[in-house]
Amino acid sequence: MALLQVDGVSRVFAGIAGGAPTQALQPTDLVVADHDFLTILGPSGCGKSTLLRIIAGLDQPTTGQVLLAGEKIQRPGPDRGMVFQSYTLFPWLTVRENIGFGLREKGMPADLQQDIIAHYVARTGLTGFESHYPKMLSGGMQQRTALARALANDPKMLLLDEPFGALDHQTRALMQELLLGIWETDRKTVLFVTHDIDEAIFMGTRVAVMSARPGRIKTQLPIDLPHPRHYTVKTTAEFSAYKAQLTEEIRAESIRAAQMQP
Amino acid sequence: MFEPLQPVSLRKRIVLGAAFFVLFFLGWAFFTLSGIIPPLFLADPLATLQTGVTLFVEFDFLHDIAITLWRVVGGFVVAAILAVPLGVAMGAFKPIEAFLEPFVSFCRYLPASAFIPLLILWAGVGEAQKLSVIFIGSVFQIVLMVAVIVGATRRDLVEAAYTLGADARGIVWRVIVPGAAPQIAETLRLVLGWAWTYVIVAELVGSSSGIGHMIMDSQRLLDTGQMIFGIVCIGVIGLVSDLAFRRLNQRLYGWAF
Repeated sequence: MALLQVDGVSRVFAGIAGGAPTQALQPTDLVVADHDFLTILGPSGCGKSTLLRIIAGLDQPTTGQVLLAGEKIQRPGPDRGMVFQSYTLFPWLTVRENIGFGLREKGMPADLQQDIIAHYVARTGLTGFESHYPKMLSGGMQQRTALARALANDPKMLLLDEPFGALDHQTRALMQELLLGIWETDRKTVLFVTHDIDEAIFMGTRVAVMSARPGRIKTQLPIDLPHPRHYTVKTTAEFSAYKAQLTEEIRAESIRAAQMQP
Repeated sequence: MFEPLQPVSLRKRIVLGAAFFVLFFLGWAFFTLSGIIPPLFLADPLATLQTGVTLFVEFDFLHDIAITLWRVVGGFVVAAILAVPLGVAMGAFKPIEAFLEPFVSFCRYLPASAFIPLLILWAGVGEAQKLSVIFIGSVFQIVLMVAVIVGATRRDLVEAAYTLGADARGIVWRVIVPGAAPQIAETLRLVLGWAWTYVIVAELVGSSSGIGHMIMDSQRLLDTGQMIFGIVCIGVIGLVSDLAFRRLNQRLYGWAF
């Protein structure tokens, strides 16, 4: 069943100070099925974050519409949990209070909130850090908290905008395994934007490649690697074959993107 | 020793800070005790201290200090209670800002001391007039500064709150207000310092009590020692209240410092 349906969504940004308007996104169609883990892969500036922001309701499409479970998306809401690339924990709240932000907003009873918070603290490996403030945490810990905060709200789907982009390589690999492990248990629908080919293959059940700006979905590639995936899958021949194919696709777009620079 | 931006230890900091005070007093003592500056213009430190003791013992100077303190704090608190919510509303809601900002900006440049004659006419020479001067001097400053702080709320935090299900009310009360609180508190600390200058001006004109009134009286008696002692008292009280305010902010908003 299609959980998310993107119909002819495009986005044109008005020109700055009378300049020419910029088309960030060509009319794009995309269908995400329930329990999918779709990774969107594209060169920088291709409009993949714009697409995700439109799905989140944080930006409005110039044409087209997005349907979530058949209903048109107008504004952001708790049915789409989001994790941003930048650190967006509330600095005045502890880890526990950050995770409970959405629950409190729903008006959930405090004891129920605490149960859910405890559950996601344990699942994201934050035990012992519940009373820490964000500034006391490493980047990886902050993103784990952000993930727990999004999951605690029990959204219909998760939107992730290069959530591990600012992390070092090792932390990033561990975070990928953490998120994949959670998905393999819950099978909550995920839309994951990245420019890292390895990450897109390792995490996704399907990879959608975007073209250079103005972006559109160029190809979609199902990833038939068995679950649960172990990190060693990254060294298998199948993985390399996917990587070779996607590298070609993305390279052509990166070259086009580079040539378009003024 | 002079490496750019290198921090100094707390001990060094205290020693260096105190050293300037010592140098200052030595210089003062040198110029007055040596007779280079006659006592009619500037009393020496010892005479100043002596008149200070006399002020407390014989003229109930503590009462003047208390009166002045009450005026500063009273006018300032009333201004803050009105200005902070207004500033938050202006910063958060752009139509309110567009409506009030030009007028408040205009009012900010009206010197509070210029209102004193008018306020005496309206409110007499009683407490209401003193409090009004402080109020006028503080309220517009606080409104504008709070509005700027609130307007600079991190947009990514607002967006994160929206995706977690917050509505406009939630954004204001759970993102904007707590996020801006430490800086608002720092602004209040700053404006409290300015309020001290307004209160003295208010007391110099048409007053029968307070530190400013004492200074004015001393001028008639050509008692420079008393005048200087009054000024020093204001400095000390300002320094102490500023330190206390700063400590309180650091305690309340540990996450921000």
